[in-house]
Amino acid sequence: MTVRRTTAFSAAGLVLTRDLRLAVRRPSQLIQPLAFFAVVALLFPLGYTPELGKLRAIAPGVLWVGALLASMLALESLFREDASDGTLEQFVVCGQPLVALMAAKTLAHWLLTGLPLTLMAPVLGIALGVPVEAMPGILFSLLLGTVTLSLIGAVGAGLTLGVRRGGVLLSLLTLPLAVPVLVFGARATELAISGESLMGPLYLLGALAVLGITLAPLAAAAAVRIGLE
Amino acid sequence: MNWTWFHRLGSPPHIYRIAGTLTPWFAWPAGLLIVAALYGGLVLAPPDYQQGEGFRILYVHAPSAWLAVMIYGVMASAAAVGLIWRMKVAHAVAASCAGVGAWFTAVSLVTGMLWGKPMWGTYWVWDPRLTAQLILFILYLGYMGLRAGIDDLGRADRASAVLAIVGVVNIPIIRYSVEWWNSIHQAPSVMKMDRPSMPLDMLAPLLMMLLGFTLYFAAILLVRLRAEILRRERTASWIREVLR
Repeated sequence: MTVRRTTAFSAAGLVLTRDLRLAVRRPSQLIQPLAFFAVVALLFPLGYTPELGKLRAIAPGVLWVGALLASMLALESLFREDASDGTLEQFVVCGQPLVALMAAKTLAHWLLTGLPLTLMAPVLGIALGVPVEAMPGILFSLLLGTVTLSLIGAVGAGLTLGVRRGGVLLSLLTLPLAVPVLVFGARATELAISGESLMGPLYLLGALAVLGITLAPLAAAAAVRIGLE
Repeated sequence: MNWTWFHRLGSPPHIYRIAGTLTPWFAWPAGLLIVAALYGGLVLAPPDYQQGEGFRILYVHAPSAWLAVMIYGVMASAAAVGLIWRMKVAHAVAASCAGVGAWFTAVSLVTGMLWGKPMWGTYWVWDPRLTAQLILFILYLGYMGLRAGIDDLGRADRASAVLAIVGVVNIPIIRYSVEWWNSIHQAPSVMKMDRPSMPLDMLAPLLMMLLGFTLYFAAILLVRLRAEILRRERTASWIREVLR
């Protein structure tokens, strides 16, 4: 009898499909960050000014801070249920490298929040007076930036596993670490709106994403191991 | 190579004793250096030709800003040692660092703001150094918050150690990004601290102050480490002998 061996890669694939399937069956969790992002962005015309010219000037900041907070909001549920029903413990003891499983969970989080948020940003951009020509730039910068946000967030979510009411602490831990993404992302968006070349900040966002992909799953795996002790 | 000395560092009673003996060796030079540097900086050094007497706050501001960053490095190194060699004393060192580091960051922020008022005409300018310092302060708060949020001591130690290491990887990136962000939005500030031509009678008190503050940190760290060890080992029998 031949036993089919599960490799780290296929195990990660299973975790990814499981997370995606769970999310599709509970669409409210998918929609909430998006609705939050929309509400935050639409509060600015009401709280500041309806003049599109002025809104255009603050649009990069609004879009990026909104995306950052929405991505953060979705982080709380990243490990919480898996920790309470014992799934995370099974991940740790199943013999597959936890790093690969954490990378899969982070990828799932990005596919379920980062990617939809990115796709929604142009729509909100229009409401903030952003010209249509800037949309590809905004899409690309958010696409790269949200990857890093999900990776940083996974580390934070792992660290706050054992903390009661960890939501506020989670933001306190992850927001300062997300500063570089915010700086470069908002700058890329600003350049895109003014019609200039945004390759400089895009390269930097890409570098941050690569660094995050290399190191964050390791830190997240260490954090989850500690959280489950 | 003989590693006994290293392993003995992991023993709380041993460290408790060493820390007690070493404290005055750091505290006295620190006190003398700080008093001498204050006299040198506030009385002997000539007023700056641009900033007049206002520049003298530098003698508190620069050393605290230096310590704020250095202590994070010490904290992260201790945390890494604790994580790698499972050394409880190293975790105690990291835990004792956080509060001092946060205070020095706060001091550097406040003195920076006070200095900003006469120099920039406002208490707060989004100067890259001040901004990076503010983010560092939030990192310290997050570290202490995580430590306070986890009840189990061993887990709090290890989780906060991972956070400190992640933070230390990020601090250079944050500093760089903030500097880059600032250079786009604001003309370089009028104040240039890195003038190479600082006269010796201005520079000497600053260097003495840097050394004095660093020694002061070492002394206060040892005192706090002793307190932390006592708190952690309160049920151990050697404590009763020590405190008899």
